[in-house]
Amino acid sequence: MEFMGYRRANGTVGTRNYVGILSAVVCVNEVVENIVRQVQGTSRFTHHQGCCQTMLDIGIVNRTLTGLGKNPNLHSVIIVSLGCESTDLSAVIEGIRASGKRVEHLVVQETGGATRTTAEGILLAQEMVREASLQQREAFPISKLVMGMKCGSSDTTSGLVPNPAIGVASDLLVDAGGISILGEVTEFIGAEHILASHAANETVAQGILNLVERMEKRAMAVGEDIRGGQPTGGNIKGGLTTIEEKSLGAIAKAGTAPIQAVYEYGIQPSVKGLVVMDSPGREPEILTGLAAAGCNVIVFATGRGAPQGFPFVPVLKITGSRTAVEKMSDHIDMDLSAVIDGGDTIPDAGRRILEELTRIGSGTMTKAEIFGYVNSMDIYMQGPVI
Amino acid sequence: MAIDAIALHTTDNVATAVQDLKVGQEATVRINHDVCHIVLQEDIPYGHKFTLKPVRFGEKILKYGEVIGQATKDIGAGYHAHVQNIESLRGRGDLKAKED
Repeated sequence: MEFMGYRRANGTVGTRNYVGILSAVVCVNEVVENIVRQVQGTSRFTHHQGCCQTMLDIGIVNRTLTGLGKNPNLHSVIIVSLGCESTDLSAVIEGIRASGKRVEHLVVQETGGATRTTAEGILLAQEMVREASLQQREAFPISKLVMGMKCGSSDTTSGLVPNPAIGVASDLLVDAGGISILGEVTEFIGAEHILASHAANETVAQGILNLVERMEKRAMAVGEDIRGGQPTGGNIKGGLTTIEEKSLGAIAKAGTAPIQAVYEYGIQPSVKGLVVMDSPGREPEILTGLAAAGCNVIVFATGRGAPQGFPFVPVLKITGSRTAVEKMSDHIDMDLSAVIDGGDTIPDAGRRILEELTRIGSGTMTKAEIFGYVNSMDIYMQGPVI
Repeated sequence: MAIDAIALHTTDNVATAVQDLKVGQEATVRINHDVCHIVLQEDIPYGHKFTLKPVRFGEKILKYGEVIGQATKDIGAGYHAHVQNIESLRGRGDLKAKED
C-alpha cells in the first residue's frame, strides 16, 4: 500500500505541506494568529506555556516545540517569540534546522511591537508559502506513516468497535514497517498488566508500569476519587463506570503487536513498530504530544462524538455508535456501527481504517479540517505555573 | 438475529446494552457465538451495563474477562450496573486521604 506525501530532507514524509507559525511563549499567540489569518497555506501552534514555570516544564516546552517544528507536515517554520521568555530559542531553532528545513525567527521586542512583527511575519510567510507550494506529492510506502492513536468522548461502544478496529489497523501498519504511537497513560490504569504482557522485553514492560504508577500517584495526590475526572462525566453518561473499564476498552487500540519502546511526552521514536508515549487523555495535550513525536496522521475513536482536530496533522474520527453517526455527522469520518449489528467485522473495519489513512495521508481532508475545527493544542505540563 | 446486549468474555458478570432496553424485557445477550436471555429488572440505556447473574457486596465486576471494579451493594440479576452500585479500585485518592 502507498500514499502520496511530501518528501522531507531527513527522510520523513509529510501528509500536509504547511508553513508552520509557532509561538515560543503564551505571550505572542496574538501575533501568530494575525499572521495565520492573513496568509493561506500557513498553520499555527499556539499554547499557554514558555514562562514562569519550573525548569522541568521549560525543558518539556523546548523539546515539544522542537518536535512540532520538525513534524514532516510542516514544510518550513517561523518561530515568533517575545524576547523575554524562558523558552530556549536557540536550542529549538537549531533542533528544527537539524531536520533540514528552513526556520525563521521573529522577536517582538526587537522588531518593535506586535504591529511591525505581524507585518514582517506576513511578508515572510507569503514568501515561504510560495516556496512550499512548488513542492509536489510523491508516492511513498505506508511504512512512512507515523500514526498517533487516541480515543475521546468515549462510551461503551468505543471499546467494542472503533478501538479494536484501530488495533487491527495498527497491527497492519506495524507489519508494513510503519510506526504506531499509543498515548493516554491515564487510560492504561487497570489494564497496564495486559499492555506490559505485550512488551517486547522486560525493560519496556517495567517502563509501562512506571508510567502508569507515576500518572496514578499524581492523580491521587489531590486526595480525591478520580471518577468524574476519569472516566469523565460524559463517559459515565455513556455507560462507562470506572477507569478500569475505560482503560480496558482504550488499550484495544494497541492491537497485538509487541510494544517496542516507551517514550516521554513529545519524543520522536527511534524505532519502528508500536511504541508507548507518556501523555494524559485530554485532547489538546495528547494531540500536541503526538504531533511533536512526529505523527503525520492521527486516528481518533469516539463514542459520543468528539469534534477536535489539530492544526497541521489530520485527525481521522471513527465511531461504532449509530447515535454519534446520526447526531454528530459533521464530525465523524468513518461509521463502523455495522459491527455492532454483526453486519461488519472488526478485521474488515481495521483494514478499511488503514486504507482511509492512505487517502487522508494523500491529501483527502478530514471533517475536522474541512470545518476548521483544528485548534485543539497545548503542551502537557508536570509542575505549577509560578 | 437482532441482539440486545453483548458480553465480551464467558466469565463476565455484566453485559453491555446495544439498544435502549426496558424493564420486564427478556434481553437477548450475545457471548462470543452463544446467546443467553435475561429478564431485566430496570430500564437499561443504550451503552450501559446490566448484571447477568446475582453479584454480592464486594464482589469483583468482570468485563472483557478483567476486573473493572467491585460491587458496593448486593445486586440481583438483570439490574443496571453502574456508578450507583460499582466502585473503582484504582485512582482512589479519596481512600488514600482517609488513610493519611
